[in-house]
Amino acid sequence: MKPVLLIDFGSTYTKVTAVDVDAPRLLGTANSYTTVQTDINNGLADALSRLEARTGKLDYSERYACSSAAGGLRMLASGLVPELTAEAAKTASLGAGAKVLKTYAFKLTEDDAEEIKALSPDIFLLVGGTDGGNSDCITHNARVLKEIGGSWPIILAGNRNAARECERILEGREVHICENVMPKFGTLNIEPTQREIREVFLNNIVKAKGLTKASELISGIMMPTPSAVMAAMKLLAEGTKAQKGMGDLIAVDVGGATTDVYSVAEGLPDDPRTALRGLPEPYIKRTVEGDIGMRYSIRGIIEAAGLERVAETAGLAPERLSRIVDTFAENTDMLPCDDETQRADEALASWAVRVAVTRHAGRLEEIFGLGGLKLVQTGKNLVNVDKFIVTGGSLIHTEHTRDIASYGFYDEEEPESLKPKQCDVLVDRSYIIAAMGLLSKNYPDAALTILKEELKTETR
Amino acid sequence: MEKKTIVIGVIGADVHAVGNQILYHAFSDAGFNVVNLGVMVSQEEFINAAIETNADAILVSSLYGQGELDCRGLREKCDEAGLDHILLYVGGNIVIGKQPFEEVEQRFRAMGFDRSYPPGTPPEVDIADLKKDLHIED
Ligand code: B12
Repeated sequence: MKPVLLIDFGSTYTKVTAVDVDAPRLLGTANSYTTVQTDINNGLADALSRLEARTGKLDYSERYACSSAAGGLRMLASGLVPELTAEAAKTASLGAGAKVLKTYAFKLTEDDAEEIKALSPDIFLLVGGTDGGNSDCITHNARVLKEIGGSWPIILAGNRNAARECERILEGREVHICENVMPKFGTLNIEPTQREIREVFLNNIVKAKGLTKASELISGIMMPTPSAVMAAMKLLAEGTKAQKGMGDLIAVDVGGATTDVYSVAEGLPDDPRTALRGLPEPYIKRTVEGDIGMRYSIRGIIEAAGLERVAETAGLAPERLSRIVDTFAENTDMLPCDDETQRADEALASWAVRVAVTRHAGRLEEIFGLGGLKLVQTGKNLVNVDKFIVTGGSLIHTEHTRDIASYGFYDEEEPESLKPKQCDVLVDRSYIIAAMGLLSKNYPDAALTILKEELKTETR
Repeated sequence: MEKKTIVIGVIGADVHAVGNQILYHAFSDAGFNVVNLGVMVSQEEFINAAIETNADAILVSSLYGQGELDCRGLREKCDEAGLDHILLYVGGNIVIGKQPFEEVEQRFRAMGFDRSYPPGTPPEVDIADLKKDLHIED
C-alpha cells in the first residue's frame, strides 16, 4: 500500500482525502473547519485526526493540497472591447481557477480606480489590443494602476508592442509580462497567462494567505481548488494512455455563493455550414455565476428564474417559497429541515443548474434573410455531450439528483440554447473531484480509476 | 514602414463569400495587415475589430442588395466608439438593380462613407485609392 493524502483548504471546510495509489482506491475522507484566521494547521490537524479515526494510522508517502481559503484567488482584469480582449481576460482568469471579482473594459475611470483600490485583488490581469493594435487603452490603464499604488502583482498580457511601455509606467511594481491573450484578432491564447497566474499564486499568494505553514507539510503541488477540479474533469474526459476516458462532459458545482460550470468539449456546430460568431471557445471552459448560489446568492436564483416558476417546481405557493428564501438567505448554514424546505431547496438547485448551464452553453440563432435560412452559433455547442457531473451539497444530499440535474438539459421550448440532449448524470457523493485533480498530476491512472469508481451514475 | 491595418467583411445577412476572399488576398499582397471578418458581419463586429486592432480603415462589402439598410448608422457608431476619422469604404453590389452610380455614391457619402465602388471594380483601383488616402507611397 502507498497512501497519499490530498487536502482541500476550502473557504469553510478543510477536506482531507486518503487514497492508496498502489491498488487505486479511496481509503477515506473527513473534514473540519478551515482555520485560516488563526493557524491553518489547526483545522487540518482536526480533519486529519477524524480521518485517522476512519482509516487507521497511515504513513503518507506524499501530500498535495489545493486551496480556495481566504477568498480564493481574487482577481481583477481589464481589457479593451467587452466582447473581445476583456472577455479573453476573464476567460483566462476563470480557467486558471481564479475568482474574478470584476472585469473592466475600455479605459479605467476614476471610479474604477477607487473600486480597484478598495477591492485590492491578489492579481490584476491587464490586457487590451491585438499585437500591433490598440495601445492607448492598455497604457492608460497601466498609468491608472500605477496611480492606485498597492503591492499586488500585475500580469501584463496585451498588445506586445505596448508591453515595454507599460512595464516602464509600472516601474517599481511586480509586473509579469506574458504573451497576448489575443495576439491576432479573433484568436485566443490564454495558456501562457494561465501558467503565469498559477506561478504567481504559488510564489506569492500561498504565502499571503497564511498557507505557508501548511505548505511545509506538503510535497509540492499547490493550486487553486477550481484548477484541481478542471484537472480532474480533463482527466475524466480524456483518459490516460492506459485507460479510456469518458469523452466530452459537463460538470456543475452548485455552491452557497456561486455556481461553477465546467465543460470539456470542442463544442463545434453539428452542421458545418453554421457560421461561428464571437471569440473561439476554450476546449476546457469554466464559467462562474456569482449571482447564483444556494444561500448567499439565493435571491439571484429567484431574480434570474422568476419566483413563480421556482415555486411551481417546488409545488409551493410563491409567498411560502419567498419566506423560505428569506430564511435561507439569513441563515446561510441552514439545511433543509422539513418537507417544504427540502422541496424549496431542490427547486432552487434545479433552477440554479438551469440558469448556470444556459449561461455557460452556446446559442444557435436562425436568421431568415434573403436566400433562406442561415444558422449562426455563438459559444459552445454542448448538445451532444452525454456525461453530466454534479457536485455541491444541495445536489448530493437528495435522492432527486437526476431530476435536479436534468434542468441543465436541452429544452424543446428553448431550442436556441445548446445544452446537452441526453446525459448520464454522475454524482460526486464522496466529494473527491478536487482531490483527484490534485492526484492526477503525478498519479493520473490512480486518479482516473478512483474517479470512475466513486462518481456514481444516477438512475431515474 | 509599419503595416497599415484594415478590417474587411461582408455586412448584414449577406453570404457572398467569393469577393471577400479576393479582397483579402489582394490587400494582403499589397502589404496591408488584413483583419478578415468573413461573411454575415454586424456593424458592431466591424467596430470592435477596428478598435482592438487599431485599424486605419474599414472596407465593407455588400452584394445582396441590402447595402443601404445595413450600412446606415455605421459612421455614427464609429464616432461613438472613438474611431475618429477612420476611413470607411463600401463596395460590391451595394444597391438593388442598376442605378446611376453618382447618385448612389452621393447617398453613401451622406452616410459617412469616404468612398464607394460600383459593381465589378477591380481591387487595383481600391488599393490605389487606399494607399493615397493613407499617404502610403509605393
Ligand atoms: C455566387 C452568387 C451567389 C451565391 C453565393 C455563394 C457564396 N457563398 O459566395 C448564392 C447562391 C448563395 C447567392 C445567393 C443570393 N444572391 Co447571389 N450572386 C452570386 C453571383 C452569381 C456571383 C457573386 C460572386 O461570387 N462574384 C465574384 C466576386 C469575385 O465578385 P464580387 O462579389 O462582386 O466582389 C468583387 C467586387 O465587387 C469588389 N468588391 C466587393 N466588395 C467590395 C468592398 C469594397 C470596399 C471594395 C472597394 C470592393 C468590393 O471586389 C471583389 C473582388 O473583385 C452574383 C452575380 C454576379 N455575377 O456578381 C449574384 C448576386 C450578387 N446575387 C444576388 C442575389 C439577389 C442573391 C440572393 C438574394 C438570391 C435569392 N433571392 O436567394 C441570395 C442572397 C443570399 C444572401 N443572404 O446573401 C444579386 C444581387 C442583386 C443586387 N445587389 O441588386 C446578384 C448581383 C445577381 C443578380 N444580378 O441579380 N448568390
